[in-house]
Amino acid sequence: MNGIVKGGATLAVIAALCTALVAFTFVMTEERIEANEQAWLERSLQPALSGLFYDSGVTESMIMIPPPHGLPGSEAAIVYRVYAEDEAVAALFVVSARDGYAGPIRFLVGIDVQGNVTGVHVLEHRETPGLGDRVETSRSDWATQFDGRSLLDPEPTGWAIKRDGGQFDQLTGASVTPRAIVKAIRDTLLYFDTHRDEVFAMQAESKE
Amino acid sequence: MNSPSLADRFRDGLWRENPGLVQLLGLCPLLAVTSTFVNGFGLGIATLAVLVASNAMVSATRRWMQPQIRIPIYVLIIASLVTCIELIFKAWFPALDRSLGIFIPLIVTNCAIVARAEIFASKNPVGSSMLDGFVMGSGFAMLLMAIGLFRELIGHGSLLSRLDMLLGGEPLRGIVITDGGWLLAILPPGAFFSLALAIAAKNALDRRRRRGGAAHRPARRTSM
Repeated sequence: MNGIVKGGATLAVIAALCTALVAFTFVMTEERIEANEQAWLERSLQPALSGLFYDSGVTESMIMIPPPHGLPGSEAAIVYRVYAEDEAVAALFVVSARDGYAGPIRFLVGIDVQGNVTGVHVLEHRETPGLGDRVETSRSDWATQFDGRSLLDPEPTGWAIKRDGGQFDQLTGASVTPRAIVKAIRDTLLYFDTHRDEVFAMQAESKE
Repeated sequence: MNSPSLADRFRDGLWRENPGLVQLLGLCPLLAVTSTFVNGFGLGIATLAVLVASNAMVSATRRWMQPQIRIPIYVLIIASLVTCIELIFKAWFPALDRSLGIFIPLIVTNCAIVARAEIFASKNPVGSSMLDGFVMGSGFAMLLMAIGLFRELIGHGSLLSRLDMLLGGEPLRGIVITDGGWLLAILPPGAFFSLALAIAAKNALDRRRRRGGAAHRPARRTSM
């Protein structure tokens, strides 16, 4: 009996000490972590906005479009509106292509108000290292071929990889990943084409 | 029993009883993250830090440790330390944290850590336990780095890429030797092959040394 009480008390004291240690570390790092997350988000949006001048604080203009929305992906779509001196210049879509080789591929598509792609940047995927992962901007410049393209260049039927009779390069040894991404970009462009005014008219999500 | 010398303990941790090479502990992170040097380095350092701190804490509380509750106490200590390390990585090495992902929290499950707590720290004073944690942790970290270096060279054809994850700044490609490499090395089977090669190399070296030393041994025995 005595042993149980003593053991329990020891465990409780050590648990309290450990909790205090974690709490202390949390308080010490909280601010930095939050700043890092924000900086990472802002920085990860940049590659999809090449060649544009815009106001900072893009992340504050976020909207969520609940499904069903016709965009690629089944969860709520995240869109950042990009402004330059209160004038809408572009929209950034966070979409996921669901037919990748290994699970969904989350990526950014930036589209300016005229409907031209300003950049494509893959955020998250589980494609094969060395093959499908070359869609990442840090591994190859495959994703830059979409810059400046639109639904007129090429026509929607041309928005496919070359193997499928389209206009876009696949990757050697990997066609499933590029096919999924090209299709998702086309769907995003089609969505933006029909919903442009709605996207810019929506009220931004307030934080928390 | 005489306490072993400092050099002996380093030889144990880094070579004779290397947690990864000889005890084969902590294989899950070892195989999973070593696709590049930077990843191996990051996880190695994180494991090393947890091991030193957990050995220190286990040793400091060993007086109140009863046999029935020692395992829950190890778990508590190790889990809180890993949480702290994860927060520290998120605050100061966010890119590395993103790249290592779930394997930082999974340090909790590295049996090399609980093994050192049970075998060493629960029976030895704080200073000695911290040294043990440092030596064993270094052995593990160096193996992670070596395998990371090897797999990156064979699999990506580069050396020391993405050092920016440690130093900050723009993405660095490191020393690019060939564009792309032998894919197998960065896929999971490559991890097993690399570890097997490392173990085989260690055994071969040991055997050669033993054979070389055999000539001197009789002489030493007569002198005793």
